[in-house]
This record gives sequence, structure tokens and C-alpha cells, in this order.
Amino acid sequence: MSEDGGAMNGNRNGWPLWEVFVRPRRGLSHNHVGSLHAPDAELALHNARDVYTRRQEGVSIWVVPAQTITASSPDEKDAFFEPAADKVYRHPTFYEVPDGAAHL
Amino acid sequence: MYGHDFPGPDDGPADGLLEQVEAAEVALRAAADRGRPGVADGPAADTDPQHYFTALIEADQKIEPRDWMPDAYRKTLIRQIAQHAHSEIIGMQPEGNWISRAPSLGRKAILLAKVQDEAGHGLYLYAAAETLGVTRDELVELLLTGRQKYSSIFNYPTLGWADVGAIGWLVDGAAIVNQVPLCRCSYGPYARAMIRVCKEESFHQRQGYEILHRLASGTPAQRAMAQDAVDRWWYPSLAMFGPPDTDSTHSQQSMAWKIKRFSNDDLRQRFVDMCVQQAGVLDLRLPDPDLRWNEQRQAYDYTQPDYAELMRVISGDGPCNRQRIDHRRRAHADGSWVREAAAAYTAKRQREDRPAVAA
Amino acid sequence: MNPTDVPTQTRLDHLLGLADDALVAAQRLGEWVAAAPELEEDVALANIALDQLGAARLLLTYAGELEGAGRDEDALAYLRDDREFRNALLVELPNGDFAVTMAKLLFVSAYQLPLYTALTGCTDERLAAIAGKARKEVAYHLDHASLWTVRLGDGTEESHRRMQAAVDEIWPYTHELFTPDPAAPVDPAGLRDAFLAAVEPVLATATLDRPADGWAPSGGRSGLHTEHLSYLLAEMQVLHRAHPGARW
Repeated sequence: MSEDGGAMNGNRNGWPLWEVFVRPRRGLSHNHVGSLHAPDAELALHNARDVYTRRQEGVSIWVVPAQTITASSPDEKDAFFEPAADKVYRHPTFYEVPDGAAHL
Repeated sequence: MYGHDFPGPDDGPADGLLEQVEAAEVALRAAADRGRPGVADGPAADTDPQHYFTALIEADQKIEPRDWMPDAYRKTLIRQIAQHAHSEIIGMQPEGNWISRAPSLGRKAILLAKVQDEAGHGLYLYAAAETLGVTRDELVELLLTGRQKYSSIFNYPTLGWADVGAIGWLVDGAAIVNQVPLCRCSYGPYARAMIRVCKEESFHQRQGYEILHRLASGTPAQRAMAQDAVDRWWYPSLAMFGPPDTDSTHSQQSMAWKIKRFSNDDLRQRFVDMCVQQAGVLDLRLPDPDLRWNEQRQAYDYTQPDYAELMRVISGDGPCNRQRIDHRRRAHADGSWVREAAAAYTAKRQREDRPAVAA
Repeated sequence: MNPTDVPTQTRLDHLLGLADDALVAAQRLGEWVAAAPELEEDVALANIALDQLGAARLLLTYAGELEGAGRDEDALAYLRDDREFRNALLVELPNGDFAVTMAKLLFVSAYQLPLYTALTGCTDERLAAIAGKARKEVAYHLDHASLWTVRLGDGTEESHRRMQAAVDEIWPYTHELFTPDPAAPVDPAGLRDAFLAAVEPVLATATLDRPADGWAPSGGRSGLHTEHLSYLLAEMQVLHRAHPGARW
């Protein structure tokens, strides 16, 4: 098992990781809701709809390849991954469901 | 008190637990509002990662993926979250076994949705584990090669429709009792995933309870089916809480790290106390002649599950271990050409330097 | 045609045709649970199965009310024999590999989409409302099947071979879907152009050959099925039938 940053290069054989952002309805911003694996952007969008919105209508979804996100988080004491401290590859999280999106 | 606020089958047994999930969510936000320790904690906290980590845990703050953490903390979490994710995925099989034969279209739809939720929960949990520096591929490999475990309960067969009800009521019930405290786990991504999972799980327990309630008040054959399922699933469900505290190897350190919040035996007791009342409402018998209220302890005395059996099942000799893992291996192997095809398609598009086309 | 001009039995047969397509498709898709190529696809296939099952339930309930003999969705689903099922043969065919399942889904959804779209304008308001809901779902199924057909067709050599074989195997069964039926609320014969307009570009993008038209097995709409259906129903109905009159 690679626990020393093996995931930094993404999955060797598997599909890449995508971060999913959802705007539950007009007037609200997109919020991070989680992540998933998909081979490409279109299937990532399909999967995001299936997994994170149960295909609720009217929501707006962004999917972003996790590897393309650049991060800064001085509050987090990142000693372990120092060489790639601006990356969030391994960063899928489950922030609270956006306001007003009780059924997400 | 756990479960004792349960008024009847219509409201489902999980209400008290759901409130606790919501309380955990409130606590998570409150901790976030309190801000991080450090300034008041002296300069050492800002420079020494070990000190900072300990200060965060003591302040009930969440550890986030990029934080420094002890190797053992990381390993413990990876093992626990992965095992949890594997359990969701393997757990799809015993219930999936009855989707095709569900006795009404309404039940079929609910069961399909439930098993689908389990796939979703596995997916959330693998993602939470991935924040610790492993990939889903690696974790799946560890499952398929038997180097990581899943919950022993899924190595028992579902022999009748009532088993779907018993799994919902007892197995999901035990899982929720186990999981609700995890909503307060010190590792942020796991705590957040668990809040989401627990909210969805309450529906699972409810549907199981409703199935049993319907069967228990149905024809004599249906009633016998329900009792038979409860008889077979009761002790394996008790065993889900793990070995007794005296034999549990991981508990102490996990509790200090606030990964685990209650001991195996505490949670098992909580589950028993909850089930006795619920079984009464169902008018079904829990298969334990020594089950009785202990006034002094303010809890039920009960017969312990057969831990030797638990160890046999964990080590691979349960009724369905081979079947479950063979099924998973076959699905994974059968899907490999599909996964490769999609990756190859993407690679071609990237070589052509144009976006993937929808069709 | 005004529904009141059509004999009730004929209207019932049409409703059962729609309902049984959806029910049998859902039953087949449900077999994929815990066996999909990736977790995300398990979730997607279950969603599609749930959509089809949902449509089937609405249609069967309506059929039961129209019949007026006291049969509800479960009586119609569990207590009819294979000769009384009105689904097209295509949906009852075994799942095969993932390519066969995607070929079936592509063709069924490319048929159901123009069908439900046309039904939203039919004079039977209840049916139009059901079709309005199902149409949106089926558009998603078509999209999903199209994405996969393209990826498998234009993926690896193996996936191309499998996808072409699947399309070749399933194509003959598409003809039955468009058998003329002037008494139907929407005559299926008029839907084939829309079907081809959806399917042919997908096959072309997927670098797959569109099979020649030839053998055209049929019989499902009149209850003459393949050997597969009675096995599917035996499994689906076994528990319900073992406990006559029980509630679940």
C-alpha cells in the first residue's frame, strides 16, 4: 500500500478523481459536495448527477479534475506532503450540503 | 436514551439516532467556529506538528487531510475507513440477492434504492480514505486479495425475504449505533462522510423494520418467516460490535485519538437495550432466554454472541466468505475491459487535443 | 384517435405494452446491481432501473383502473403469465456483457424518447402526464447509453469488437418496436425516423457499423415471447405467488 504520496500521480490504472461542486438553485453559489472517479468530464458529470444530486432537476453541477486544483492552506500543518504542498489531489471532502438543498 | 423514544412503527426506530447525527453536525460547525488552537496554546503549537496535532484533538477540532498526523493515526484511519467502505460494497450482495424476487413492486423499488445507497456510501467512504494518500484502486486490490476485511455480518446468507427485513432492522440498526459516534470522529473527511451516510441509513433501518412489521402481522407463514430471520440474524448482529473490550486490540489508542468514541461493549449494550423494546412492538421474540432487565445496571442482561464463531467468520470460514469475494472478484474482472476502454477513449481524445464528444 | 373510440381491451393492451417494456427492462437492469464495471456505474444503472420501475408502476396502476377488475400493479406484475405480457422481445433478452446491456439501453431509450414525447400530446390526459415524467428520465438514459456506446466503440480493440457484436446481436429486435399499429395512441411506425436519427450518429461516432436490416423477430406485443421471459418471470413472481393474498 502506498501511504507516502503514491496517490500524487493519480490512479495508475483506474479512472482519475474529480471534485464535484453543486449549485442547488439560483442565487446560491456552487459548493463542494464530494468526489468521484470517472474516465472523462462527460461521464464525471453524469456520475455526479447520479451520486450527488439523485438527478434532482434544476441544479447546476461543476466537475473539476482533482489534479488541476492548486491549493493554499496555511492553517493545515502540512509537513508530510511538503514538496507538493500546493496540491490537493487527495482532497475529496464532504462539506455540509449547501443551504436549501435538503434532498441532495 | 437510545431508541426508547421510539413511539411506533410509523415513525421508525431511528429517530433518536438521527437527532444525534444532527447534533454531531452542529458540533462540527461549532468546532469550526471556535477556530484553531495555537495562539493561546503557546508558540510550540505553531511550530511542532506533533504538538499541534495533539492540541487540535484536545480542542475537539477536526484533523484535515493536509495536516501532519502520526503514521499510526493515518494507518488506523485508512484501515478503518477502507474496511467500512468494503463492507458497504460487499453488503450490496446479500440484499441484492432479493431485488429480483421482491414480493411487490413497491418493495422492489425501495430495495433497489437501498442497495444503490450502499454503492453510494462505499463511494463516499473510498473518497474519504483517498484523502489519506491511498487510491481506490489500491483499496479494492486489498479487498480482493483478502488483505483488508469487511464486516463479518455479510458472510451470512439471505435465505428468505424476511432476511431483508432483519438486515434492515438489526444489521443496519447495529451499524447505525456503531456509526453515529463516528460522526464526531476527529478526522474531518470521515466525520463528514459519516454524517451523510447516517442520514441516509436511517431510511434503511426504517424499511427493514417496516418489512418485519408487515410480516409479523401477516399470515402465519409470513410470521414464521419473520421469526426465523430474527433468530438467525440476532447473534451475528451482536457480533458486529466486535470482540469484547477485554480482547479488543485497537480500542484504546483509537479512543485517545477520538477516532472511536465508545467501547465495543458499550455500543453492544446500547443496541440490545434499543432492540428489546422494538422487538416488543413487532411482537417478535429475540432468541435469548436470558434476556432480562437489570434494575441495578439500568440495562438488559443478555447472552453474548459466540465470539469463536465471529473469529472463524472473520478469518474466512463463514458460510458465504468465498461466495462474496468471488462475486466481487468476478465483477471487477468482468468490468476491466470496460474501464480500460473508457480510459483508452479519453487518451485518444487527449492525443487528438480535442474535447471528448458526447455522441 | 380519441381514446373513447378505441375498445377498452385495445387501450389496455397498449398500456400493458408500455408498462411491460418498462417493468421487464427494470428487472433486467436490476440484475446488474453489485456487478457493474465500477461503483459509479452501479449507481447509474440502479437509477435507470428505478426510473423504469417507477414508470411501470404508474402505467400498471392506470391499466388496472382502466380494466376495472380490481387488479392493482402487483396483481398485474405478479399474477400474469408470460403469454399475457405485452413487452417487446428486446427488453427481455439477457443482459449479456456490459456492451449488450448498453446496446439494449441505447435502442430502448431511443425508441422510448420519441414515444413518450409524442404521448405527452395525446388525448388521454393520464397517460400524457405519465409520459411527461418518463420522457425526461428516458432522455437521460439515452444520453448515458450514447456516452458508453461511443466509449466502448472507440475505446480498445476488445471493446470495439464487443460493442459491434452487441449492436449486431440486438439490432434485429429493434424492428418489432416500430410495428405499425394505427389504433395505438401513438402509432409506433412513425417513430422509426426519430429512432434512427438518434442512433445512427451515435454508432458513427463510435466507429461502429450500423447493421443491415433483415431478420426481424417479433411477437412480444401479442404475448409470443422468447424462451427467456418465462425464466425472468418465474424468478420475479416466485415469492409473491407462494403466498396467495398476502400483503408485503
